[in-house]
Amino acid sequence: MAISFDDVEVGTELPARSFPVTRAALVQYAGASGDFNPIHWNEKFALEVGLPDVIAHGMFTMAEAVRVVTDWVGDPGAVVEYSVRFTKPVPVPNDGVGTSIDVTAKVAVLLEDRRVRVDLLVKNRDLKVLGMSRAVVQLG
Amino acid sequence: MPLDPSFIGRTYPPTEPYEVGREKIREFAVAIGDANPAYTDPEAAKALGYPDVIAPPTFPFVLSYRAAAQVVEDPELGLDFSRVVHGDQRFVYTRPVRAGDRLTVTIVIDAIKSLAGNEVLTVRGELHEASGEHVVTSFMTLVARAADEAGE
Repeated sequence: MAISFDDVEVGTELPARSFPVTRAALVQYAGASGDFNPIHWNEKFALEVGLPDVIAHGMFTMAEAVRVVTDWVGDPGAVVEYSVRFTKPVPVPNDGVGTSIDVTAKVAVLLEDRRVRVDLLVKNRDLKVLGMSRAVVQLG
Repeated sequence: MPLDPSFIGRTYPPTEPYEVGREKIREFAVAIGDANPAYTDPEAAKALGYPDVIAPPTFPFVLSYRAAAQVVEDPELGLDFSRVVHGDQRFVYTRPVRAGDRLTVTIVIDAIKSLAGNEVLTVRGELHEASGEHVVTSFMTLVARAADEAGE
């Protein structure tokens, strides 16, 4: 059930997703990734350096956003390029609920060799948190 | 103090090989909450044409970030890491990272620019399998904020 290049056009929308982010998820991501910067788990430290709260790892947000693409295409190895700009932090409150990373995406450009460029719109609390978020995907 | 532009093009020695294990990939996939079976089930990965489980697209950053410490901690460059934020990130893949890979990272300083008093540093990490095969390139842009911004 791979997506065929013949089935998409500029403007084709990928299924939108909203990914939860909690403090516990950030601790787990710190351990798995080896990024133990205290701004991602120590509220006192985060406030001292001028942040509004503990913030999510940018790479966590980047990892969540591309799931819209990998879930759509099925084979994660079909992503041949992926880039983002980190434009705004994602504050994660310590309330047991956390926040969410809300992702929409659409096919922006049809490329050679049955590839497409997918542009992602990644928001938190209605604010865009990633800029220039793009994936080049090999379709069947 | 501006970073020395003569560092542009500097290449650091390749890191010791990092052996990618199935359980490390599983741990990373669980941490990002992604249940794609290609990350955890070798049969599912084989059905997609891979010899073993593959890693999520952002997993290579675990290696490239660790290797970039060579730049961040290079006393000759003198980057003040307490002022550094991650500005941009880009991956260009030849193929996905997979279990069994023995990956080395070669770090290159691609660019050093001054923009509005900030120092912008682009650090490229080339990930190769021990066989010599290119797997993925990571481009990480670091922004070192101007020293007087915090009112010091």
